[in-house]
Amino acid sequence: MITVRHLSKYFDGRPAVKDISVEYMPGQCSLVIGASGSGKTVLLKSIVGLLEPEEGEVLFDTTVFNRLPAAEKKKIHCRMGMLFQGSALFDFATARENVRFPLDFFSQMSREEKADRVEFCLRRVGLENIGDKYPSELSGGMQKRVGIARAIALNPQYLFCDEPNSGLDPQTSVMIDRLIQEITAEYNITTVINTHDMNSVMEIGDKVVFIYKGEKCWEGSRDNILTSDNRNLEEFIFASRMARELKLRYGNGSPSQD
Amino acid sequence: MIKNFLYETGRYLLFLRRVFSRPEKWRLSVRQFFVETEKLVINSIPLIALISVFIGAVLVIQTSNNMTSPFLPKMYIGYMTRESLILEFCSTMVCLILAGKIGSNISSELGTMRITEQIDAMEMMGINSANFLVLPKILATTILNPLLTLMSFIVGLLGGYLIIVLTGMIKVSDYLTGIQFAFNGYYITYSLIKTAVFSFIISSISAFYGYCATGGSLGVGRSATKAIVVASALILTFNLILTRIML
Ligand SMILES: Nc1ncnc2c1ncn2[C@@H]1O[C@H](COP(=O)(O)OP(=O)(O)OP(=O)(O)O)[C@@H](O)[C@H]1O
Ligand SMILES: [Mg+2]
Repeated sequence: MITVRHLSKYFDGRPAVKDISVEYMPGQCSLVIGASGSGKTVLLKSIVGLLEPEEGEVLFDTTVFNRLPAAEKKKIHCRMGMLFQGSALFDFATARENVRFPLDFFSQMSREEKADRVEFCLRRVGLENIGDKYPSELSGGMQKRVGIARAIALNPQYLFCDEPNSGLDPQTSVMIDRLIQEITAEYNITTVINTHDMNSVMEIGDKVVFIYKGEKCWEGSRDNILTSDNRNLEEFIFASRMARELKLRYGNGSPSQD
Repeated sequence: MIKNFLYETGRYLLFLRRVFSRPEKWRLSVRQFFVETEKLVINSIPLIALISVFIGAVLVIQTSNNMTSPFLPKMYIGYMTRESLILEFCSTMVCLILAGKIGSNISSELGTMRITEQIDAMEMMGINSANFLVLPKILATTILNPLLTLMSFIVGLLGGYLIIVLTGMIKVSDYLTGIQFAFNGYYITYSLIKTAVFSFIISSISAFYGYCATGGSLGVGRSATKAIVVASALILTFNLILTRIML
């Protein structure tokens, strides 16, 4: 479980994330949604320790993570997997070596076991055949998927994904969403996903947090998100014409009764 | 200005402390050492050899033009060429050239890794990225660049030899006697130590600026420029200090 308490992060005196408190449960996909520039990435990076929040604390289970000394932080980092918004694959390594990288550092596996694990992870993201390619030779969506394979290589206890399916076609997006949902349930991972894709929200949003201009504006699940009466959230969800028409057709009730 | 200088120096020292910690996995760091050796040292051989052969030749021509007095034996042309090469060219000049070549390589590579979040990704895995990425670079250049200096010395003397054979400006035997005349082995030590120190400066400074790059591709360019300027200035300063101490 991850607990965030009154977290604020400022850039040049201006808050990018303001007084956010939220809990992320194990075995659940928690989605953080919000417009571009609303502070999703900053919140995520403050949680994992890549940014130092000015105020508030982050607890992993019962440990106050953001005040730990570096050596202690490292131990918890080993149990995290993270997918960056820009994939952040290592340019100097092939796709296969990228996935193997954390294994080389932190697992006691034999060479064969590692190779098996790498193939397994690549297969799960649907990329068996590109193991020998370098990141610069892969499409953006493929890079994302290799990034996911790398994030799950060590069976993390906490999984963070920054926009896992931006830049992917709808079919692959759904595949990635399902994959994340499956492993979250299977290994009881605490998963946090930044997204602005409503499909993902309806597909896997066990818990949804809506951020508006750096502040938490709404919290709930996919079951009650469409019926919420929060104005900002409504504007965010029903921004597209199709969404508006669907909403008109089904009134303000739940549109998911097929 | 002074405050800024102290601040930067402090950050540099903290950075070095992270670099010089115990590697996570020795095997991986050793492998990285060989990768960096090839990239930074072996790949510099052609450039250094090319420059050295020309400089050796030019030194011979210039020295002989300046030694018109019939009372000075021609042998001194070889002697002077040798001393110029070993004392200054093969260490200081070669390192200033390397500051441009490997300095920009190191800082742009690390800078790009920083702005594309590859360094963050490594930290997220719990890996000390400064140690894993930078230590092999510093060790490879500091330990092995002195060999480049030796090579430069030999190739430079060869360049002088070639120009004499080609033009016949003095007797080859005079040149060969000259380059063996009053040979002081300590100068070699002096030269190698200088190169090791300068190489440490080049690799650590350019790694520092690259590792701390901010502000997109412009920032990467800025960090490379800054790395080369600062490294060159430090090389010149330490050249003075080391020469004062050692000679
Ligand atoms: N390093 C930084 N320095 C200064 N300001 C920053 C920095 N990083 C983010 N910001 C600011 O913080 C705010 C939130 O940015 P953030 O990257 O979290 O947005 P986001 O919700 O992830 O958007 P997107 O969906 O486009 O990725 C933005 O207004 C941005 O300008
Ligand atoms: Mg973002």
